[in-house]
Amino acid sequence: MPLHVVKVFVTPHRGILDPQGRTIESSLKSLGFKSVANVKVGKYITLEIDAPSAAAARNQARKMCEQLLANPVIEDFTFEVELKPNVSGSPQPRIKVGREVEGE
Amino acid sequence: MKWGVIRFPGSLDDGDALYAISEVMGQDATMLWHKEESLQGAKCLFLPGGFSYGDYLRTGAIARFSPIMKSVASFAADGGLVIGTCNGFQILCEAHLLPGALTRNRSLSFICERVHVRVENANTVFTRAAREGQVLCLPIKHGEGCYVAPEDELRQMEERGQVILRYVDAEGRGSEAANPNGSMRAIAGVANERFNVFGLMPHPEHAVEKMLGGDDARVFFQSIVESAQ
Repeated sequence: MPLHVVKVFVTPHRGILDPQGRTIESSLKSLGFKSVANVKVGKYITLEIDAPSAAAARNQARKMCEQLLANPVIEDFTFEVELKPNVSGSPQPRIKVGREVEGE
Repeated sequence: MKWGVIRFPGSLDDGDALYAISEVMGQDATMLWHKEESLQGAKCLFLPGGFSYGDYLRTGAIARFSPIMKSVASFAADGGLVIGTCNGFQILCEAHLLPGALTRNRSLSFICERVHVRVENANTVFTRAAREGQVLCLPIKHGEGCYVAPEDELRQMEERGQVILRYVDAEGRGSEAANPNGSMRAIAGVANERFNVFGLMPHPEHAVEKMLGGDDARVFFQSIVESAQ
């Protein structure tokens, strides 16, 4: 089965206090980046799934996010699924096979 | 009444909790390893504070999948008493045994100090020995104690009396300054809808002896013991 690379992005819910984002924003402003706004700090998680199809990989990735990788009370998640480039043979184009955005 | 204190890898206050329950309160208590599934006949479970699984991913997110948590969930579903403090509270939220979630303190700092909380509902098995409105002085020590829940859920929780403890000043008044971690509605402790699961950020096990700075938390243990009689 082809290997799929999954990139998961977990961010704080809109409306949830993000003290890290706020602190970084004020630091950026003090560096002179006066126009910076809405800094949010989240998590970036990568993993690989051996799945028969991109749809199957996406399905598993969504369940992983819902059950463990994100907490729906405080976080939103998005993820991207790509076919893993073939390392042994000739270079394969990196095909992006889907991106899901939850809660939008 | 037999108590079980659950020890996860990274638990910190398990020994103090066992001491408070058995030595100070004179109850029968045993330590339960998180890989066990048997609750050894305990009638009240205590999930202690600490940093289970190094707080990886989110506080309590991994401990929630420990083998013993399946037993804890069915014990709670049968009406068994469960109390979680600090990391124990975080685990109970992640396990959906309590509503809401605990996030990074508003100040981003780890806070270790004594705070005041007001008993908002003294009509529960965990607080019946306290007076409604009673102000307790209890220690907190956490980096992620900011309580968060959706607004409509908070409203329902307030209506049902699930908000058990709120941060206040020494006189019992609520204020921004008295809310140490930025918790929504200054919530320090909540119960589930059935009132048999209770989570709080302060540490009752550290406040049972005057010699060690105060014994205000005895009311929680007394309440539970009285409930069983």
